[in-house]
Amino acid sequence: MTNLTDLGVRELRDGVRAGTFSASEVADAHIVAVSKAKQLNAFLVETPDHAIAAAKEADAARAAGQTLKPLAGVPIGMKDLFCTKGVQSAAASHILEGFKPEYESTVSQKLWDAGAGMLGKLNMDQFAMGSSNETSYFGNVISPWRRADGGNAPLAPGGSSGGSSASIAARLCPAATGTDTGGSIRQPAAFTGIAGIKPTYGRCSRWGIIAFASSLDQAGPMARDVRDCAIMLEAMSGFDPKDSTSLQLDVPKWEAGLNASLAGKRIGIPKEYRVDGMPAEIEALWQQGIDWVKDAGAEVVEVSLPHTKYALPAYYIIAPAEASSNLARYDGVRYGLRDLPEGANLQEMYAATRAAGFGAEVKRRILIGTYVLSAGFYDAYYTQAQKVRTLIARDFDRAWETCDLLLTPTAPSAAFALGEKSADPIAMYLNDVFTVPSSLAGLPAMSVPGGLDKAGLPLGLQVIGKALDEQGVLDACLAIEERAGFNARPEAWW
Amino acid sequence: MSVDAATVKKIASLARIAITDEEVAKIAPELDNILGWIEQLGEVDCTGVEPMTAVIANTLRLRDDAVTDGGKRDAVLANAPQAEHGFFTVPKVIE
Repeated sequence: MTNLTDLGVRELRDGVRAGTFSASEVADAHIVAVSKAKQLNAFLVETPDHAIAAAKEADAARAAGQTLKPLAGVPIGMKDLFCTKGVQSAAASHILEGFKPEYESTVSQKLWDAGAGMLGKLNMDQFAMGSSNETSYFGNVISPWRRADGGNAPLAPGGSSGGSSASIAARLCPAATGTDTGGSIRQPAAFTGIAGIKPTYGRCSRWGIIAFASSLDQAGPMARDVRDCAIMLEAMSGFDPKDSTSLQLDVPKWEAGLNASLAGKRIGIPKEYRVDGMPAEIEALWQQGIDWVKDAGAEVVEVSLPHTKYALPAYYIIAPAEASSNLARYDGVRYGLRDLPEGANLQEMYAATRAAGFGAEVKRRILIGTYVLSAGFYDAYYTQAQKVRTLIARDFDRAWETCDLLLTPTAPSAAFALGEKSADPIAMYLNDVFTVPSSLAGLPAMSVPGGLDKAGLPLGLQVIGKALDEQGVLDACLAIEERAGFNARPEAWW
Repeated sequence: MSVDAATVKKIASLARIAITDEEVAKIAPELDNILGWIEQLGEVDCTGVEPMTAVIANTLRLRDDAVTDGGKRDAVLANAPQAEHGFFTVPKVIE
Protein backbone atom coordinates (compact mmCIF):
# COMPACT_ATOMS: atom_id res chain seq x y z
CA MET A 1 0.00 0.00 0.00
CA THR A 2 1.08 3.58 -0.67
CA ASN A 3 2.63 5.45 2.17
CA LEU A 4 -0.13 7.90 3.06
CA THR A 5 2.35 10.58 4.18
CA ASP A 6 3.77 10.67 0.64
CA LEU A 7 0.45 11.87 -0.75
CA GLY A 8 -0.46 15.49 -1.31
CA VAL A 9 -3.63 17.42 -0.53
CA ARG A 10 -5.44 16.49 -3.74
CA GLU A 11 -4.50 12.81 -3.52
CA LEU A 12 -5.61 12.58 0.11
CA ARG A 13 -8.85 14.44 -0.54
CA ASP A 14 -9.67 12.33 -3.60
CA GLY A 15 -8.58 9.08 -1.95
CA VAL A 16 -10.83 9.67 1.06
CA ARG A 17 -13.73 10.59 -1.25
CA ALA A 18 -13.21 7.43 -3.30
CA GLY A 19 -12.83 5.27 -0.19
CA THR A 20 -9.33 4.12 -1.18
CA PHE A 21 -8.38 4.82 2.43
CA SER A 22 -10.16 6.37 5.38
CA ALA A 23 -9.55 9.83 6.78
CA SER A 24 -8.70 8.21 10.11
CA GLU A 25 -5.93 6.17 8.47
CA VAL A 26 -4.59 9.37 6.93
CA ALA A 27 -4.66 11.22 10.26
CA ASP A 28 -2.99 8.32 12.09
CA ALA A 29 -0.17 8.05 9.55
CA HIS A 30 0.60 11.74 9.85
CA ILE A 31 0.33 11.80 13.64
CA VAL A 32 2.91 9.01 13.78
CA ALA A 33 5.20 10.85 11.34
CA VAL A 34 4.98 14.02 13.45
CA SER A 35 5.70 12.14 16.68
CA LYS A 36 8.81 10.53 15.18
CA ALA A 37 10.29 13.78 13.86
CA LYS A 38 11.09 15.60 17.12
CA GLN A 39 14.67 16.18 15.97
CA LEU A 40 13.43 18.63 13.34
CA ASN A 41 11.76 20.74 16.08
CA ALA A 42 9.12 21.76 13.53
CA PHE A 43 6.12 21.38 15.86
CA LEU A 44 5.72 23.45 19.03
CA VAL A 45 2.45 21.81 20.03
CA GLU A 46 1.04 18.55 18.69
CA THR A 47 -2.74 18.32 18.45
CA PRO A 48 -3.53 14.74 17.42
CA ASP A 49 -7.03 14.95 18.92
CA HIS A 50 -7.93 17.80 16.57
CA ALA A 51 -6.76 15.84 13.52
CA ILE A 52 -8.53 12.67 14.66
CA ALA A 53 -11.81 14.50 15.33
CA ALA A 54 -11.79 16.03 11.84
CA ALA A 55 -10.97 12.65 10.32
CA LYS A 56 -13.80 10.92 12.18
CA GLU A 57 -16.20 13.56 10.99
CA ALA A 58 -15.05 13.00 7.39
CA ASP A 59 -15.38 9.22 7.71
CA ALA A 60 -18.82 9.52 9.29
CA ALA A 61 -19.97 11.89 6.56
CA ARG A 62 -18.79 9.48 3.89
CA ALA A 63 -20.46 6.52 5.61
CA ALA A 64 -23.70 8.50 5.70
CA GLY A 65 -23.44 9.18 1.98
CA GLN A 66 -22.99 12.93 2.43
CA THR A 67 -20.96 15.13 0.10
CA LEU A 68 -17.55 15.59 1.64
CA LYS A 69 -16.18 19.03 2.43
CA PRO A 70 -13.39 20.45 0.22
CA LEU A 71 -10.58 19.44 2.59
CA ALA A 72 -12.24 16.49 4.33
CA GLY A 73 -9.60 13.95 5.29
CA VAL A 74 -6.66 16.34 4.94
CA PRO A 75 -4.59 16.97 8.10
CA ILE A 76 -2.49 20.12 8.02
CA GLY A 77 0.02 22.08 10.09
CA MET A 78 -0.80 25.53 11.45
CA LYS A 79 1.88 28.19 11.79
CA ASP A 80 2.12 29.40 15.39
CA LEU A 81 1.26 32.94 14.28
CA PHE A 82 -2.41 31.93 13.89
CA CYS A 83 -4.59 32.10 16.98
CA THR A 84 -6.21 28.73 17.58
CA LYS A 85 -8.86 28.44 20.24
CA GLY A 86 -7.64 26.70 23.37
CA VAL A 87 -4.28 25.78 21.82
CA GLN A 88 -1.13 27.73 22.64
CA SER A 89 -0.51 30.48 20.08
CA ALA A 90 2.78 32.09 20.97
CA ALA A 91 4.29 33.34 17.69
CA ALA A 92 7.26 31.25 18.90
CA SER A 93 7.93 33.90 21.56
CA HIS A 94 8.49 33.77 25.30
CA ILE A 95 6.21 36.75 25.93
CA LEU A 96 3.20 34.79 24.59
CA GLU A 97 4.26 31.42 25.98
CA GLY A 98 1.19 29.74 27.41
CA PHE A 99 -1.24 32.08 25.67
CA LYS A 100 -4.34 30.06 24.73
CA PRO A 101 -6.67 32.23 22.67
CA GLU A 102 -10.36 32.29 23.46
CA TYR A 103 -11.04 32.65 19.72
CA GLU A 104 -10.04 31.20 16.37
CA SER A 105 -8.37 33.14 13.55
CA THR A 106 -10.53 33.59 10.46
CA VAL A 107 -8.14 31.67 8.20
CA SER A 108 -7.80 28.69 10.54
CA GLN A 109 -11.58 28.64 11.08
CA LYS A 110 -12.11 28.57 7.32
CA LEU A 111 -9.78 25.58 7.05
CA TRP A 112 -11.62 23.70 9.81
CA ASP A 113 -14.95 24.61 8.17
CA ALA A 114 -13.55 23.10 4.95
CA GLY A 115 -12.96 19.83 6.82
CA ALA A 116 -9.23 20.00 7.47
CA GLY A 117 -7.79 18.77 10.77
CA MET A 118 -4.86 20.22 12.70
CA LEU A 119 -1.76 18.16 13.42
CA GLY A 120 -0.24 20.91 15.53
CA LYS A 121 1.27 24.37 15.77
CA LEU A 122 4.39 24.97 13.75
CA ASN A 123 7.60 26.58 14.89
CA MET A 124 8.67 29.82 13.21
CA ASP A 125 10.88 32.85 13.62
CA GLN A 126 9.75 34.76 16.70
CA PHE A 127 6.89 37.11 15.69
CA ALA A 128 7.77 36.16 12.08
CA MET A 129 10.96 38.21 12.28
CA GLY A 130 13.69 36.24 10.60
CA SER A 131 14.70 34.37 7.47
CA SER A 132 16.20 31.22 8.96
CA ASN A 133 13.99 30.16 11.87
CA GLU A 134 16.83 30.94 14.28
CA THR A 135 14.90 33.56 16.27
CA SER A 136 12.32 31.18 17.76
CA TYR A 137 12.28 31.15 21.55
CA PHE A 138 11.72 27.39 21.30
CA GLY A 139 14.87 26.62 19.32
CA ASN A 140 15.83 26.33 15.68
CA VAL A 141 13.89 24.26 13.21
CA ILE A 142 16.31 21.91 11.43
CA SER A 143 15.76 21.50 7.72
CA PRO A 144 15.18 17.88 6.68
CA TRP A 145 17.58 18.57 3.80
CA ARG A 146 21.32 18.00 4.08
CA ARG A 147 24.15 18.90 1.76
CA ALA A 148 25.45 16.02 -0.32
CA ASP A 149 28.96 16.58 1.09
CA GLY A 150 28.38 14.09 3.90
CA GLY A 151 29.07 16.81 6.49
CA ASN A 152 25.53 16.77 7.90
CA ALA A 153 25.71 20.45 8.89
CA PRO A 154 22.23 21.40 10.12
CA LEU A 155 20.65 23.69 7.54
CA ALA A 156 18.12 26.49 7.84
CA PRO A 157 14.61 25.63 6.62
CA GLY A 158 14.16 29.32 5.76
CA GLY A 159 11.96 31.70 7.63
CA SER A 160 9.85 32.86 9.04
CA SER A 161 7.56 29.93 8.10
CA GLY A 162 10.36 27.41 8.77
CA GLY A 163 8.31 24.88 10.73
CA SER A 164 5.81 24.87 7.87
CA SER A 165 8.45 24.34 5.18
CA ALA A 166 10.39 21.71 7.11
CA SER A 167 7.33 19.66 8.05
CA ILE A 168 5.97 19.62 4.49
CA ALA A 169 9.33 18.68 2.96
CA ALA A 170 9.76 15.96 5.61
CA ARG A 171 6.31 14.50 4.82
CA LEU A 172 4.95 15.25 8.29
CA CYS A 173 2.00 17.06 6.74
CA PRO A 174 0.84 17.55 3.15
CA ALA A 175 0.26 21.27 3.57
CA ALA A 176 0.49 24.05 6.12
CA THR A 177 -0.37 27.67 6.59
CA GLY A 178 2.32 30.27 6.28
CA THR A 179 2.41 34.02 6.52
CA ASP A 180 4.48 36.33 4.38
CA THR A 181 5.50 39.87 5.32
CA GLY A 182 8.64 40.16 3.19
CA GLY A 183 9.12 36.64 1.86
CA SER A 184 8.29 34.37 4.79
CA ILE A 185 6.30 31.90 2.67
CA ARG A 186 8.36 31.99 -0.52
CA GLN A 187 11.92 31.86 0.81
CA PRO A 188 11.35 28.85 3.12
CA ALA A 189 9.46 27.12 0.30
CA ALA A 190 12.47 27.63 -1.98
CA PHE A 191 14.90 26.39 0.71
CA THR A 192 13.00 23.13 1.18
CA GLY A 193 11.88 22.22 -2.34
CA ILE A 194 8.17 22.90 -1.89
CA ALA A 195 5.65 25.41 -3.27
CA GLY A 196 4.13 28.40 -1.49
CA ILE A 197 2.02 31.35 -2.54
CA LYS A 198 1.51 34.75 -0.97
CA PRO A 199 -1.78 36.01 -2.41
CA THR A 200 -2.71 39.62 -3.09
CA TYR A 201 -2.77 41.71 0.09
CA GLY A 202 -6.33 41.49 1.41
CA ARG A 203 -7.26 38.06 -0.02
CA CYS A 204 -6.82 36.29 3.33
CA SER A 205 -8.15 37.85 6.48
CA ARG A 206 -5.55 38.98 8.98
CA TRP A 207 -8.02 38.64 11.85
CA GLY A 208 -6.55 36.41 14.56
CA ILE A 209 -3.08 36.36 13.00
CA ILE A 210 -0.60 37.78 15.50
CA ALA A 211 0.40 41.06 13.87
CA PHE A 212 3.92 41.88 12.71
CA ALA A 213 3.64 44.61 10.03
CA SER A 214 -0.01 45.04 9.21
CA SER A 215 0.35 46.73 5.80
CA LEU A 216 2.46 43.78 4.60
CA ASP A 217 1.28 40.68 6.53
CA GLN A 218 -0.57 38.20 4.39
CA ALA A 219 -1.39 34.54 4.96
CA GLY A 220 -0.96 31.88 2.31
CA PRO A 221 -0.58 28.14 1.83
CA MET A 222 2.52 25.99 1.52
CA ALA A 223 2.37 22.49 0.02
CA ARG A 224 4.34 20.17 -2.20
CA ASP A 225 2.84 21.23 -5.51
CA VAL A 226 1.00 24.04 -7.24
CA ARG A 227 -2.39 22.35 -7.35
CA ASP A 228 -2.29 21.63 -3.61
CA CYS A 229 -1.53 25.31 -2.98
CA ALA A 230 -4.52 26.30 -5.15
CA ILE A 231 -6.82 24.00 -3.17
CA MET A 232 -5.59 25.36 0.16
CA LEU A 233 -5.72 28.99 -0.98
CA GLU A 234 -9.35 28.62 -2.02
CA ALA A 235 -10.22 27.44 1.48
CA MET A 236 -8.19 30.18 3.20
CA SER A 237 -9.31 33.20 1.16
CA GLY A 238 -12.43 35.31 1.32
CA PHE A 239 -13.94 38.49 2.66
CA ASP A 240 -13.96 39.04 6.39
CA PRO A 241 -15.74 42.03 7.92
CA LYS A 242 -13.44 41.74 10.94
CA ASP A 243 -10.40 42.83 8.88
CA SER A 244 -10.71 46.39 7.57
CA THR A 245 -8.23 45.65 4.75
CA SER A 246 -10.00 42.45 3.64
CA LEU A 247 -11.02 42.57 -0.03
CA GLN A 248 -14.76 42.25 -0.61
CA LEU A 249 -14.45 39.87 -3.57
CA ASP A 250 -15.61 36.37 -4.41
CA VAL A 251 -12.96 33.65 -4.17
CA PRO A 252 -12.06 32.43 -7.67
CA LYS A 253 -12.09 28.69 -8.42
CA TRP A 254 -8.31 28.56 -8.72
CA GLU A 255 -7.99 24.78 -8.77
CA ALA A 256 -10.57 24.30 -11.51
CA GLY A 257 -9.02 27.19 -13.43
CA LEU A 258 -5.49 25.74 -13.54
CA ASN A 259 -4.04 25.79 -17.04
CA ALA A 260 -0.38 25.11 -17.77
CA SER A 261 -0.45 26.64 -21.24
CA LEU A 262 1.11 30.09 -21.27
CA ALA A 263 0.16 30.85 -24.89
CA GLY A 264 -0.49 34.56 -25.25
CA LYS A 265 1.19 35.41 -21.92
CA ARG A 266 4.08 37.84 -21.76
CA ILE A 267 6.54 37.12 -18.98
CA GLY A 268 8.88 39.87 -17.86
CA ILE A 269 12.44 39.36 -16.68
CA PRO A 270 13.40 42.30 -14.43
CA LYS A 271 16.97 43.24 -15.24
CA GLU A 272 17.59 44.76 -11.79
CA TYR A 273 17.21 41.30 -10.23
CA ARG A 274 20.56 40.26 -11.75
CA VAL A 275 22.33 41.25 -8.55
CA ASP A 276 26.07 41.28 -8.04
CA GLY A 277 27.44 38.08 -6.66
CA MET A 278 24.47 35.95 -7.60
CA PRO A 279 25.64 32.31 -7.65
CA ALA A 280 26.07 30.89 -11.16
CA GLU A 281 23.66 28.09 -10.30
CA ILE A 282 20.87 30.57 -9.51
CA GLU A 283 21.58 32.38 -12.82
CA ALA A 284 21.46 29.06 -14.65
CA LEU A 285 18.19 28.06 -12.99
CA TRP A 286 16.66 31.42 -13.87
CA GLN A 287 17.67 30.89 -17.53
CA GLN A 288 16.22 27.39 -17.35
CA GLY A 289 12.97 28.89 -16.04
CA ILE A 290 12.92 31.33 -18.94
CA ASP A 291 13.29 28.41 -21.36
CA TRP A 292 10.50 26.52 -19.60
CA VAL A 293 7.97 29.34 -19.81
CA LYS A 294 8.89 29.87 -23.49
CA ASP A 295 8.31 26.18 -24.05
CA ALA A 296 4.89 26.61 -22.43
CA GLY A 297 4.04 29.24 -25.02
CA ALA A 298 4.91 32.48 -23.24
CA GLU A 299 6.66 35.41 -24.83
CA VAL A 300 9.60 36.56 -22.68
CA VAL A 301 10.46 40.27 -22.46
CA GLU A 302 13.04 42.18 -20.47
CA VAL A 303 11.56 44.77 -18.10
CA SER A 304 12.98 47.32 -15.71
CA LEU A 305 12.02 47.88 -12.06
CA PRO A 306 14.38 50.78 -11.41
CA HIS A 307 13.76 51.17 -7.66
CA THR A 308 14.44 47.53 -6.79
CA LYS A 309 17.63 48.28 -4.83
CA TYR A 310 15.69 50.55 -2.48
CA ALA A 311 13.05 47.95 -1.61
CA LEU A 312 15.01 46.32 1.22
CA PRO A 313 16.00 49.55 3.02
CA ALA A 314 12.40 50.83 2.65
CA TYR A 315 11.13 47.52 4.04
CA TYR A 316 13.51 47.76 7.00
CA ILE A 317 11.94 51.07 7.93
CA ILE A 318 8.28 50.25 7.28
CA ALA A 319 8.18 46.76 8.79
CA PRO A 320 9.98 47.65 12.06
CA ALA A 321 7.92 50.85 12.36
CA GLU A 322 4.68 48.88 12.15
CA ALA A 323 6.10 46.17 14.40
CA SER A 324 7.09 48.65 17.10
CA SER A 325 3.50 49.86 17.11
CA ASN A 326 1.86 46.42 16.92
CA LEU A 327 4.07 44.91 19.61
CA ALA A 328 3.33 47.74 22.05
CA ARG A 329 0.39 45.61 23.19
CA TYR A 330 2.66 43.15 25.03
CA ASP A 331 2.76 44.88 28.36
CA GLY A 332 2.31 42.12 30.90
CA VAL A 333 -1.23 43.21 31.74
CA ARG A 334 -3.75 41.46 29.51
CA TYR A 335 -2.04 38.27 28.35
CA GLY A 336 1.30 36.56 28.20
CA LEU A 337 4.33 37.02 30.39
CA ARG A 338 4.54 39.41 33.33
CA ASP A 339 7.87 40.20 34.94
CA LEU A 340 7.33 42.20 38.11
CA PRO A 341 10.62 42.81 39.93
CA GLU A 342 10.36 43.35 43.69
CA GLY A 343 9.07 46.85 44.34
CA ALA A 344 8.66 47.73 40.68
CA ASN A 345 6.09 50.28 39.58
CA LEU A 346 3.88 49.95 36.49
CA GLN A 347 6.38 51.49 34.06
CA GLU A 348 9.15 49.28 35.40
CA MET A 349 6.89 46.26 35.04
CA TYR A 350 6.30 47.04 31.36
CA ALA A 351 10.01 47.46 30.70
CA ALA A 352 11.02 44.34 32.64
CA THR A 353 8.31 42.24 30.99
CA ARG A 354 9.30 43.30 27.50
CA ALA A 355 13.02 42.88 28.22
CA ALA A 356 12.42 39.32 29.45
CA GLY A 357 9.79 38.38 26.87
CA PHE A 358 11.22 39.51 23.53
CA GLY A 359 14.18 37.92 21.78
CA ALA A 360 17.17 39.84 20.43
CA GLU A 361 15.91 40.23 16.86
CA VAL A 362 12.47 41.36 18.01
CA LYS A 363 14.04 43.95 20.31
CA ARG A 364 16.32 45.09 17.50
CA ARG A 365 13.34 45.70 15.22
CA ILE A 366 11.25 47.39 17.89
CA LEU A 367 14.16 49.74 18.60
CA ILE A 368 14.68 50.51 14.89
CA GLY A 369 10.95 51.11 14.51
CA THR A 370 10.80 53.33 17.56
CA TYR A 371 13.80 55.30 16.30
CA VAL A 372 12.46 55.90 12.77
CA LEU A 373 9.08 56.97 14.15
CA SER A 374 10.51 59.24 16.84
CA ALA A 375 10.17 63.01 16.77
CA GLY A 376 12.60 64.64 14.35
CA PHE A 377 13.23 61.48 12.32
CA TYR A 378 9.72 60.56 11.18
CA ASP A 379 9.81 62.42 7.85
CA ALA A 380 13.40 61.58 6.97
CA TYR A 381 12.85 57.87 7.52
CA TYR A 382 9.22 56.77 7.62
CA THR A 383 7.64 59.26 5.21
CA GLN A 384 10.56 58.87 2.79
CA ALA A 385 10.22 55.06 2.94
CA GLN A 386 6.48 55.27 2.19
CA LYS A 387 7.25 57.52 -0.79
CA VAL A 388 9.81 55.03 -2.06
CA ARG A 389 7.17 52.36 -1.58
CA THR A 390 4.90 54.32 -3.93
CA LEU A 391 7.72 54.37 -6.49
CA ILE A 392 8.27 50.62 -6.13
CA ALA A 393 4.56 49.96 -6.70
CA ARG A 394 4.69 52.31 -9.70
CA ASP A 395 7.62 50.31 -11.14
CA PHE A 396 5.40 47.23 -11.17
CA ASP A 397 2.50 49.16 -12.72
CA ARG A 398 4.79 50.28 -15.54
CA ALA A 399 6.08 46.75 -16.03
CA TRP A 400 2.51 45.51 -16.47
CA GLU A 401 2.26 47.70 -19.57
CA THR A 402 4.60 45.27 -21.35
CA CYS A 403 4.12 41.99 -19.51
CA ASP A 404 1.55 39.93 -17.55
CA LEU A 405 3.80 38.18 -15.04
CA LEU A 406 7.38 38.39 -13.78
CA LEU A 407 9.83 35.51 -13.39
CA THR A 408 12.72 35.75 -10.92
CA PRO A 409 14.70 33.51 -8.59
CA THR A 410 13.06 33.25 -5.15
CA ALA A 411 16.21 33.68 -3.07
CA PRO A 412 19.81 34.65 -3.84
CA SER A 413 21.19 31.35 -2.53
CA ALA A 414 20.23 27.83 -1.53
CA ALA A 415 19.66 27.07 2.17
CA PHE A 416 22.58 28.12 4.34
CA ALA A 417 23.77 26.39 7.48
CA LEU A 418 22.27 27.39 10.82
CA GLY A 419 24.52 29.96 12.46
CA GLU A 420 26.13 30.98 9.17
CA LYS A 421 24.41 34.36 8.92
CA SER A 422 22.93 34.95 12.35
CA ALA A 423 25.80 37.22 13.47
CA ASP A 424 25.18 39.76 10.70
CA PRO A 425 21.62 41.16 10.57
CA ILE A 426 22.08 42.84 7.19
CA ALA A 427 23.43 39.67 5.54
CA MET A 428 20.31 37.93 6.84
CA TYR A 429 18.03 40.72 5.59
CA LEU A 430 19.56 40.45 2.08
CA ASN A 431 18.03 36.99 1.76
CA ASP A 432 14.72 38.65 1.02
CA VAL A 433 16.03 40.81 -1.83
CA PHE A 434 13.80 39.16 -4.45
CA THR A 435 10.69 38.72 -2.32
CA VAL A 436 10.39 42.09 -0.57
CA PRO A 437 9.54 44.31 -3.58
CA SER A 438 6.33 42.40 -4.40
CA SER A 439 5.40 42.45 -0.71
CA LEU A 440 5.75 46.22 -0.62
CA ALA A 441 3.44 46.40 -3.67
CA GLY A 442 0.93 43.89 -2.21
CA LEU A 443 1.17 41.63 -5.26
CA PRO A 444 0.56 37.87 -5.48
CA ALA A 445 3.82 35.91 -5.73
CA MET A 446 4.69 32.24 -5.58
CA SER A 447 7.78 30.09 -5.25
CA VAL A 448 7.97 26.75 -7.04
CA PRO A 449 10.89 24.28 -6.94
CA GLY A 450 13.13 24.46 -10.02
CA GLY A 451 15.95 22.04 -9.32
CA LEU A 452 18.89 21.18 -7.10
CA ASP A 453 22.26 22.87 -6.79
CA LYS A 454 25.62 21.07 -6.80
CA ALA A 455 25.30 20.36 -3.09
CA GLY A 456 21.95 18.66 -3.71
CA LEU A 457 19.86 21.45 -2.20
CA PRO A 458 16.63 22.80 -3.71
CA LEU A 459 16.39 26.11 -5.55
CA GLY A 460 13.16 27.96 -6.21
CA LEU A 461 11.78 30.17 -8.95
CA GLN A 462 9.37 32.99 -8.18
CA VAL A 463 6.46 34.21 -10.30
CA ILE A 464 4.97 37.61 -9.46
CA GLY A 465 1.58 38.66 -10.83
CA LYS A 466 -0.69 41.66 -11.06
CA ALA A 467 -2.93 42.37 -8.11
CA LEU A 468 -5.69 39.73 -7.92
CA ASP A 469 -4.12 37.57 -10.66
CA GLU A 470 -3.38 34.57 -8.47
CA GLN A 471 -4.63 32.40 -11.33
CA GLY A 472 -1.94 33.72 -13.67
CA VAL A 473 0.71 33.13 -11.02
CA LEU A 474 -0.50 29.58 -10.29
CA ASP A 475 -0.69 28.76 -14.01
CA ALA A 476 2.85 29.92 -14.72
CA CYS A 477 4.13 28.00 -11.70
CA LEU A 478 2.26 24.91 -12.92
CA ALA A 479 3.94 25.25 -16.34
CA ILE A 480 7.33 25.45 -14.61
CA GLU A 481 6.50 22.57 -12.27
CA GLU A 482 5.52 20.29 -15.17
CA ARG A 483 8.79 21.00 -16.94
CA ALA A 484 11.05 20.93 -13.89
CA GLY A 485 9.79 17.48 -12.91
CA PHE A 486 11.13 18.16 -9.42
CA ASN A 487 10.76 14.99 -7.37
CA ALA A 488 13.78 15.19 -5.10
CA ARG A 489 13.10 14.73 -1.41
CA PRO A 490 15.25 14.64 1.70
CA GLU A 491 16.29 11.26 2.98
CA ALA A 492 14.59 10.57 6.32
CA TRP A 493 17.50 10.75 8.82
CA TRP A 494 15.41 11.99 11.75
CA MET B 1 24.84 60.34 11.85
CA SER B 2 25.70 57.74 14.38
CA VAL B 3 23.69 56.01 17.05
CA ASP B 4 25.37 56.44 20.42
CA ALA B 5 24.68 54.89 23.80
CA ALA B 6 22.50 57.80 24.94
CA THR B 7 20.29 57.42 21.85
CA VAL B 8 19.88 53.69 22.41
CA LYS B 9 18.90 54.28 26.03
CA LYS B 10 16.39 56.92 24.98
CA ILE B 11 14.68 54.76 22.33
CA ALA B 12 14.69 51.73 24.63
CA SER B 13 12.95 53.87 27.20
CA LEU B 14 10.41 55.04 24.60
CA ALA B 15 9.87 51.41 23.60
CA ARG B 16 9.51 50.37 27.28
CA ILE B 17 12.28 47.79 27.08
CA ALA B 18 14.65 47.59 30.03
CA ILE B 19 18.22 47.50 28.82
CA THR B 20 21.57 46.99 30.58
CA ASP B 21 24.73 48.92 29.82
CA GLU B 22 26.28 45.80 28.31
CA GLU B 23 23.30 45.43 25.98
CA VAL B 24 23.53 49.10 25.02
CA ALA B 25 27.20 48.64 24.13
CA LYS B 26 26.30 45.69 21.90
CA ILE B 27 23.17 47.16 20.28
CA ALA B 28 24.47 50.68 19.52
CA PRO B 29 26.89 49.62 16.74
CA GLU B 30 24.31 47.15 15.35
CA LEU B 31 21.66 49.85 15.04
CA ASP B 32 24.23 52.28 13.69
CA ASN B 33 25.15 49.77 11.00
CA ILE B 34 21.52 49.04 10.05
CA LEU B 35 20.49 52.69 10.03
CA GLY B 36 23.58 53.57 7.98
CA TRP B 37 22.50 50.99 5.41
CA ILE B 38 18.93 52.32 5.42
CA GLU B 39 20.13 55.86 4.80
CA GLN B 40 20.67 55.18 1.10
CA LEU B 41 16.93 55.88 0.75
CA GLY B 42 17.80 59.56 1.11
CA GLU B 43 19.31 59.52 -2.39
CA VAL B 44 15.95 58.72 -4.05
CA ASP B 45 14.31 61.78 -5.57
CA CYS B 46 10.76 61.72 -4.22
CA THR B 47 9.72 65.16 -5.37
CA GLY B 48 5.97 65.18 -5.92
CA VAL B 49 5.56 61.54 -4.78
CA GLU B 50 2.79 60.81 -2.30
CA PRO B 51 3.61 58.40 0.53
CA MET B 52 1.90 55.01 0.15
CA THR B 53 -1.24 54.62 2.24
CA ALA B 54 -2.81 51.46 0.78
CA VAL B 55 -1.13 48.88 -1.45
CA ILE B 56 -4.36 47.63 -2.95
CA ALA B 57 -7.12 50.14 -3.65
CA ASN B 58 -9.86 49.52 -1.11
CA THR B 59 -12.62 51.56 0.42
CA LEU B 60 -13.09 51.96 4.12
CA ARG B 61 -16.27 50.17 4.98
CA LEU B 62 -18.72 51.53 7.50
CA ARG B 63 -21.08 49.43 9.52
CA ASP B 64 -24.09 50.30 11.60
CA ASP B 65 -23.16 51.86 14.90
CA ALA B 66 -24.60 48.99 16.88
CA VAL B 67 -23.35 46.55 19.49
CA THR B 68 -22.34 43.32 17.71
CA ASP B 69 -20.43 41.48 20.38
CA GLY B 70 -19.60 41.58 24.05
CA GLY B 71 -20.47 40.18 27.44
CA LYS B 72 -17.31 38.07 27.49
CA ARG B 73 -15.59 39.33 30.60
CA ASP B 74 -14.25 35.98 31.71
CA ALA B 75 -12.94 35.12 28.25
CA VAL B 76 -11.22 38.50 28.05
CA LEU B 77 -9.56 37.94 31.40
CA ALA B 78 -8.74 34.28 30.85
CA ASN B 79 -5.14 34.88 29.77
CA ALA B 80 -4.35 37.72 32.16
CA PRO B 81 -1.17 37.23 34.22
CA GLN B 82 -3.17 38.58 37.17
CA ALA B 83 -6.90 39.29 37.42
CA GLU B 84 -9.05 39.90 40.47
CA HIS B 85 -12.77 40.59 40.93
CA GLY B 86 -13.27 40.76 37.15
CA PHE B 87 -10.49 43.26 36.54
CA PHE B 88 -6.94 43.21 35.21
CA THR B 89 -4.65 44.05 38.08
CA VAL B 90 -1.40 46.00 37.96
CA PRO B 91 1.03 47.36 40.56
CA LYS B 92 -0.30 50.34 42.50
CA VAL B 93 -0.10 53.53 40.41
CA ILE B 94 -1.60 56.02 42.88
CA GLU B 95 0.18 56.63 46.16
